[in-house]
Amino acid sequence: MSTNTIATPKPKKPWRPTPKALIPTYLGILATILGTWILIEFTGLAGKLGAFASAVFLTTLISSLIAGLQRGKQAAKNAAVAAIITSGALVAVFPVVSILGTVIARGVKGIYLGFFTTDMGLASVNDPLNVGGILHAIVGTALMIVIATLVSVPLGISTAIYLTEIKGPGTRLIRFLIQAMSGVPSIVAGLFIYSALISGSGRGFNGLFGAFALAILMLPTVARTAEEVLLLIAQDLREAGLALGATQWRTVAMVVVPAAKSGLITAVILGVARIAGETAPLLFTTGGGDVTNLNPVDGVMGSIPFAIWKALISGSEESNARAWASILVLLVLVMVLFFSARRLGKVRR
Amino acid sequence: MTDNVKPSSLASVAAGNANRAPGKNALGTGLEARKVHAWFGKNHVLSDISLDFAAGTVTALIGPSGCGKSTFIRTLNRMHEFIPTAAMAGEVLLDGKDIYAPGIDVTKIRLKIGMVFQKPNPFPSMTIGENVLSGLRLAQLKRSDKDQLMEECLVRAGLWNEVKDRLDAHGGSLSGGQQQRLCIARSLAVNPQVLLMDEPCSALDPGSTLRIEETIRELSETMTIIIVTHNMQQAARISDYTAFFLADGHPGVMVETGPTSEIFSNPKDKRTENYVTGRFG
Repeated sequence: MSTNTIATPKPKKPWRPTPKALIPTYLGILATILGTWILIEFTGLAGKLGAFASAVFLTTLISSLIAGLQRGKQAAKNAAVAAIITSGALVAVFPVVSILGTVIARGVKGIYLGFFTTDMGLASVNDPLNVGGILHAIVGTALMIVIATLVSVPLGISTAIYLTEIKGPGTRLIRFLIQAMSGVPSIVAGLFIYSALISGSGRGFNGLFGAFALAILMLPTVARTAEEVLLLIAQDLREAGLALGATQWRTVAMVVVPAAKSGLITAVILGVARIAGETAPLLFTTGGGDVTNLNPVDGVMGSIPFAIWKALISGSEESNARAWASILVLLVLVMVLFFSARRLGKVRR
Repeated sequence: MTDNVKPSSLASVAAGNANRAPGKNALGTGLEARKVHAWFGKNHVLSDISLDFAAGTVTALIGPSGCGKSTFIRTLNRMHEFIPTAAMAGEVLLDGKDIYAPGIDVTKIRLKIGMVFQKPNPFPSMTIGENVLSGLRLAQLKRSDKDQLMEECLVRAGLWNEVKDRLDAHGGSLSGGQQQRLCIARSLAVNPQVLLMDEPCSALDPGSTLRIEETIRELSETMTIIIVTHNMQQAARISDYTAFFLADGHPGVMVETGPTSEIFSNPKDKRTENYVTGRFG
C-alpha cells in the first residue's frame, strides 16, 4: 500500500477533554465541596440529608454555570439536567450500598467454617456462635429453588411462547391472568398449597410443597419477562426462518429462542431472585426444620429465610448475630447466582 | 431508468456535470479533511485521508463495502466518537477551523454539518410536519415563519406535493422513499452548511432514487454535499468530484480523487479503473 510509507500517527480521542480543559471542572468540584461545608457549618442545614441536598444543589448550580460560561445557555441547561439526573441515580443506589454495607458489617461476625457444615439439629439459636450452622437451611433453599425452577421455567417460557408466537385463542385472557397472578401476595401462594395439598389430606409438611408454593410466585415473573424478551425479537427474523421453508416449531426453536437466549436467562434469574428470599409461602408448607434434610418429599425442610426469621424472633445477642450471618449468606447466594447467570447469558459477538 | 447503463457510458454522463459551475452562491468555504485516520480499538480502519470539499460541490465517495467510507463521513461531523472504542487522528476543518479542536461546541458543529442516514429514520412520535421542524425544536432555534419554512423544506426535498394534504399524519405512514425525503427535509430545516449522506438511496426504488438525486443537485446550489454511494451511475450523475476508497485487507485508504468525469473516463490508478468499469467490487 502506497500510504504505508507514511508513519502512522497515534490514535487519539480528541473528543475527550484535555487536562487543561478539565481545570474549570476541578475548580467547580472544589467550590461545591467548599460550598457544601459552608452551608452545613453556617446555616440551618445539618446532617447527612442536609449535606446531600446542598451538594446536589451546588453541583447543579456550579456545573451549569461553568457550562453556561463556556458554551451558552443551552449547554447550561444540559449540564443542570445531567447533574440532577446523576444525583437521582446516586439516591437510587445509596440504599442498596447501605444495605450491603450493614449486612456485611454485621454478618461477618457470625460466620465461621462450621456455619456452612453443621445444622441446628443439636444447637439452639441462643447457643454461642461457634456451635451449629445453617447447612440445613442452605440445602433446603437450594433444593426448593431447583425444584421451583424446574417447574416454573418450562411452564413460564411455554406460556410466553404461546403468547408471542402461537397467539392462539385466549391469548388476551392468559396475558391478563398472568399479570394478575404476579400481584398475588406471597402468603396466599402458601395458603393455596396448604389448603389444596396439605390440610385434611393426612400429608405432612415437606420441601416439595414449599417448592410448589414458590413456583406459583416464580411462574408469572418468568412468563412476563420472557414474553417481553420474545417481543423484542424482530419480526424479520421469524419471517426469514419461515421463508426458508421451516415450520413454526423449527423457527421458534432454532431462530427465535436462541436469539432471545440472554434475555430468557435474565427472565429465569429474575424469577429466582423473586423467590430466593420468600418466607411467607414456606410457613404453611415446609414446617421449617432444623435438621439437614435431603429428601424433599418426606419430612420438614429448613430454608435460609425461615432460619433468619427463627433466629431474629429469639432476640438474644447470639441469635441476632446468627440471623445477620444468614442474611449475608442469602445475599451472597443470590449474587453468585445472578453473576453466573449473567455470564452464561452473555451473547458472544 | 439508468440502472442498466453500461459502465463505459458513465464517463459521458459524468462529463455533463463538469459544465456546471459549482458553488455559485455557496456558504462558507467548505470542508477539509487533513490526514484523517480512524480506529476501532486496535483496528486501524482508515488511513491518511486528505480531501477537500469545496463549498457548493457534490462529492461522491465510492468503494467496496468495508473500505471505511461510512466511518470517514462519520468523522466529518463527529458522530464517530459515539462508538466507545473509537479513536482518530488528523484534522477536519470547517471554514478553516478544526472541528476537533479543544473547546469546540460539538452540538454547533452538528448543526452546521447535517446528516442523512442509510435507513430512513423519521421520528416515530411526530407527525410529518413536526418531523420537518423537529430540528428547530431540538436545537431550540427561533423561527417565526415556521409554516413557510416547512413548505420550503418539503418542496426542496421533493416531497411537498405528496404530503401537503396530510402534514398531520405520522411519518411512519409514508413509503420508504418518502420517509427518506422527509429525513432530507428535516435536515434542511436547520439550514446546514454541509450535508453528509450515507447511502441515502440504498433502500429505495429507482423512482424515489431519481427524486432524491434531483434534490441533491438542487441543494448543491446552497450547500456542500458529501455522499457515500454504492451506485456508480449515481456517483456519475450527481457528483462534481469523486473519491475512490479501498481497504484490501489493510486500513482503508483513498486510492484516487478528482473531478468525477476524470475518475470515470480517465482514472490514473489501475484499481480505480477496475472498480469503475465494474471489473470488481
